[in-house]
Amino acid sequence: MTAFTTIFRRDIKLALRHRSELINPLAFFVIVVSLFPLGLSADSRTLLQLAPAVLWISALLATMLSLESIFRSDYEDGSLEQLVLSDHPLFLIVLGKVTAHWCTTGLLLTLMSPALAISLAFPPQNLDILVWTLLLGTPTLSLIGSIGVALTVGLRRGGILLALLILPLYIPILIFGASAVDMSIDGLDVAGQLYLLAALFVLSLTLAPFATSAALRVTLE
Amino acid sequence: MRLFRFFHRFASPREFFRIAGSMIPWLAATTLLLLLIGLYLGLFVAPPDYQQGESYRIMFIHVPSAWMSLFVYMVMAGTAAIGLIWRIKLAHVIAMSSAPIGASFTFLALVTGSLWGKPMWGAWWVWDARLTSELILLFLYLGVMALYAAFEERRTAQRAAGILAIVGVINVPIIHYSVMWWNTLHQGPTVTKFDAPSIHPSMLAPLLIMSVAFMLFYAVVLLMRARWEVLDQEQRSNWVDDYLEQLSP
Repeated sequence: MTAFTTIFRRDIKLALRHRSELINPLAFFVIVVSLFPLGLSADSRTLLQLAPAVLWISALLATMLSLESIFRSDYEDGSLEQLVLSDHPLFLIVLGKVTAHWCTTGLLLTLMSPALAISLAFPPQNLDILVWTLLLGTPTLSLIGSIGVALTVGLRRGGILLALLILPLYIPILIFGASAVDMSIDGLDVAGQLYLLAALFVLSLTLAPFATSAALRVTLE
Repeated sequence: MRLFRFFHRFASPREFFRIAGSMIPWLAATTLLLLLIGLYLGLFVAPPDYQQGESYRIMFIHVPSAWMSLFVYMVMAGTAAIGLIWRIKLAHVIAMSSAPIGASFTFLALVTGSLWGKPMWGAWWVWDARLTSELILLFLYLGVMALYAAFEERRTAQRAAGILAIVGVINVPIIHYSVMWWNTLHQGPTVTKFDAPSIHPSMLAPLLIMSVAFMLFYAVVLLMRARWEVLDQEQRSNWVDDYLEQLSP
């Protein structure tokens, strides 16, 4: 467990020292969400209809674009290789890094989402469902994403490739997250979707760190 | 024990190259024969459908390619796992040679489905659950192929793309059911598929023959691709030199 907490603290500290990198995904989230009213219309009924999808897709893209920060800089300065060679279980190290990544992106995106939702004419009484879906969904995005980053970290131009690998795997989370928010606006019960999001989270929590470790071992050798 | 020894021998690149080379002509001939019989029975002998008329006949291509698209993905992920666990080079070759073939089957299933959908549903594309999961399957194939192509070193490429294929195979059922669920939520009653439990034997026979033919076709193309992949991979070994010398006296 010490490996997990040490890596987690280290990555959080590093993230806090690079404030601009911390803010970039959040700024991206705000800008993309605000593009939709500009491209569609300022009509509040149209906006409300699209709000769940807009918020979820923007959060998903913001997470995806920030994924490289999990391993990229450590790969470039060689510390990732040392971590892989260390005798601590690699999946704990991976889990520590992914948790730190989620705390610095997914969690902050979730906390910001209510403000953006209000700007899209989102009914305030449904904000809790939006926050819950993002809270359950964004860790899964980080976990699945870590597999993709581990596979592409050795490549010089991994960005587009990463999107190609990861986005199809994100589809179930997008479906359950966005539809839960959508149905809660219509006043329907969304416990089912929340349970499914939680199930996907637990599944990826148990499997993704091992896949990421295997991928790191392959790409770093 | 003898079976084990056969597989052990078969897994050596040189023996694989030789055995596969001698199998291909027989398999190709059987494939061609079955394709011709299946197409004849399907296009000329089977009666027109009482609702869909003649246009249902595209099913004899569409259904086998849709089946193959999933089957090839399973083969790819299975052989990738074998390659990663037991470090068998040939398994990786089989997995990576399967990817473009599987993607082609998926593409064929999508195109034939679209051609059938235009007269039947009145639209080239409907966001139907099955169509959508087939499209996502194509994306998964493209991801594996792109990752395989991105690495310079073959061994790393094979293993990295293999891991992605295994991750994908865990996701295929999740994606399938989530898409089905999404579709029933949003669109209400979908376009009815012919969920006929009792398909007439005169239509079933060509369908099954075509399925076997497609399976054999996959085997032929896979062996051909894998053979040249092995040849490229082993280009530094003596037997490849000997073989190439034989080719160009």
